[in-house]
Amino acid sequence: MAQADAAGMVAGMPSARTDRLTTADGTPLKAALRRAERRRKIAAFLLVAPLLFFILSFFVFPIAQMMWRSVDNPQVVRALPQTLDALQGWDGRDLPGEDVFAALHADFEADMERPRAQQATGPLAVRLNYELSAARSAITRTARQVSGFEAPYRDAFLDSHRLWGDVELWRIIQREGRPLTTAYYVAALDREFDAEGNIVLRDENRRIYVPLFVRTILLSVAITFLTFALGFPIAYYLSILPMRYANLLMIAVLLPFWTSLLVRTSAWIVLLQQQGVINSALVAMGIIGDDGRISMIYNMTGTIIAMTHILLPFMVLPLYSVMRTIPPSYLRAAKSLGATPWTAFRRVYFPQTLPGIGAGGVLVFIISIGYYITPALVGGQSGRMISNEIARHMQQSLNWGLAAALGTLLLVGVLALYWLYNRLVGADSLKLG
Amino acid sequence: MSKLKTTILGAGAIAVSALALNAYAQEPISLTVVSWGGAYTASQNRAYHEPYMEENPHVTIINDDGSANALAGLRAQHQAGNVTWDLVDMLPSDAQLACDEGVIMEIDHDEILAAAPDGTPPTEDFLPGSLGDCFIPQIVYSTVLTFRPGAFDADNQPSSIADLFDVENFPGQRALQDRPGTNLEWALYADGVDPDDIYDVLSTPEGVDRAFAKLDTIKDHIIFWTEGAQAPQLLADGEVVFATGYNGRMFDAIEVEGMDAEIIWDGQVVEWDGWVVPADGRNIDAVMEYLYWATDTQRLADQAKFISYGPARASSAELVGQHADLGIDMAPHMPTNPDNYFAPIVLDNDFWADYGDELRERFANWMLQ
Repeated sequence: MAQADAAGMVAGMPSARTDRLTTADGTPLKAALRRAERRRKIAAFLLVAPLLFFILSFFVFPIAQMMWRSVDNPQVVRALPQTLDALQGWDGRDLPGEDVFAALHADFEADMERPRAQQATGPLAVRLNYELSAARSAITRTARQVSGFEAPYRDAFLDSHRLWGDVELWRIIQREGRPLTTAYYVAALDREFDAEGNIVLRDENRRIYVPLFVRTILLSVAITFLTFALGFPIAYYLSILPMRYANLLMIAVLLPFWTSLLVRTSAWIVLLQQQGVINSALVAMGIIGDDGRISMIYNMTGTIIAMTHILLPFMVLPLYSVMRTIPPSYLRAAKSLGATPWTAFRRVYFPQTLPGIGAGGVLVFIISIGYYITPALVGGQSGRMISNEIARHMQQSLNWGLAAALGTLLLVGVLALYWLYNRLVGADSLKLG
Repeated sequence: MSKLKTTILGAGAIAVSALALNAYAQEPISLTVVSWGGAYTASQNRAYHEPYMEENPHVTIINDDGSANALAGLRAQHQAGNVTWDLVDMLPSDAQLACDEGVIMEIDHDEILAAAPDGTPPTEDFLPGSLGDCFIPQIVYSTVLTFRPGAFDADNQPSSIADLFDVENFPGQRALQDRPGTNLEWALYADGVDPDDIYDVLSTPEGVDRAFAKLDTIKDHIIFWTEGAQAPQLLADGEVVFATGYNGRMFDAIEVEGMDAEIIWDGQVVEWDGWVVPADGRNIDAVMEYLYWATDTQRLADQAKFISYGPARASSAELVGQHADLGIDMAPHMPTNPDNYFAPIVLDNDFWADYGDELRERFANWMLQ
């Protein structure tokens, strides 16, 4: 009877009889169950909440904000509202007429009346200079003189800076007079707008970001492969040793992991530089002459060597944890069934290590694609990576829009590679331990 | 009777408020001063901060080595509405940008700075062209070429910027900074352009091509450095035979650390460096008091006891004496010393503000090739 009632309740059937089913203190069972369930859910949420809050506020939100910055374009709209109105319908061929210059004058005058911290011409000058060199001085210089201008304004502006007579500047004002822009992405892909507004490749001597993206990916692939080639035998050896020795050797693998990144990078500088330990030893042994010292640092070689060393534990640890779980009996069985050692390794052992290789590979690749300090210190000019450019735009040129566009492209690239990996290998086969 | 009462009350009120004022003046204040770190901050510590804290025990000065990214920091603090920096040491080009954006305070120099001992107002005492709307200059520094004498024969020592580009007579690696500034100026100077015409030539596409063509001739012999400390390190390690660097750091490495190197003053690229006050700071009154004192004639001359940067006030020049620890005469090591100032290139901040973005891209592209 009670079972039938419970079944009716579970099915959610409104029934007069379910009301009678109560807990010991007289509350209906359904409500009590619901309350217990809710309490459990709240407890679970509270346990997760700090981390969720942390991720939302320090990871998701900043990333969203960064992506927003790569298209955010308020400067022209804020500084030149009347000019943009007057420019509507301008065909972009000849220099705009007096009405546009009068509107420009009015915009500047209005801006000069605001308190300095709210003035829009400073950010406008910086913004337009990204698109056209010397636009900054055209705007700041004119803004300082503008209160003395008298009609006809067109002549006054043309006198104050040569760029006001440049149709290119007006095209840029018209094009960037929108709250959102694609200009940062266009620049991040080594492209620019031509006179007709089409997106075309930049002059050859100003293309930098696409080659750097390509180099970053190639370097990361090379470093991932090297960590694999060096890490696989170590991980294998560790996994077959008795636990006692394995732990000892594991400390040797982890020791560099616990050392400061800067210390390790500096140690490589001491070892690899032309007057460094390795070169001097080679010279002392007579293998190379004193004038034939090898350049192993401040170039791509330096970046690869130092980063391979730094990222090696990220490959060894997942490999080791996977190899540890492969029973040695499988290999013995393969051999007893007539497999040569090579066949047994290739057909039986290796496939079982794939989840570890996948995990280690993805880890090392994703870390190295965004690596920044080591390439900056030992990379010289040929070992620089895209993250160095992003850092430069964040800290020195302060073109945060372009830095955000480059960062977003990098993020999209990593996600695309992850998606590809998932399609080819399957992300659920990843094994970190 | 009631009159007496009022008087007593009034006197009491005055006494109480005077006490309160006194207490207010002595309230402990800590000022966060942002500067460049290393030998430079050390020189400010000894010339300004430590004596000031001694005279004003209620003030504590905290150093922050954030000047390399000062503009980014000022912007971020301003946007966040949480200005924690009180005083920032930065370059005039960045100061102009920060000023245009309104993140630092405009300065009326004659109003807030001390006059020279003979009464010359600050606007006339500071070196011509050094004052900015928001900028109080402190020192003149220069980027100089340095070389290792031991790397060349005694009768064949380099002496000019042209020698940097002469790999035939002066073989070996050269350490240059990984940005276009200084490098492009020197390329043109070595190619025969007069120091005064360099920026005119560099504003034209042909001039830029010419500079890069000159740089091409030594491209295979360059190691690029990023951080100021790397340049003397590369020289000391014997990794390079020439290095560009800031003259104060090079002075420190040569005279204090005993590095075997010499400075070539030919074509030194001269620039100012100085103070700005973040807008909406928490201790602006205390900062202004400090600035009045720390930028007076004697204090600027004092800094030259600790580092070889020239004081930005004309009246300080004659007070420059000897190095505080080494006891050597500082005048011959100053960029502004007439013996050194024979072919200076004065850095044009307006030029770099206008063409910097484009030239940095071109330079990065050139480094990639």
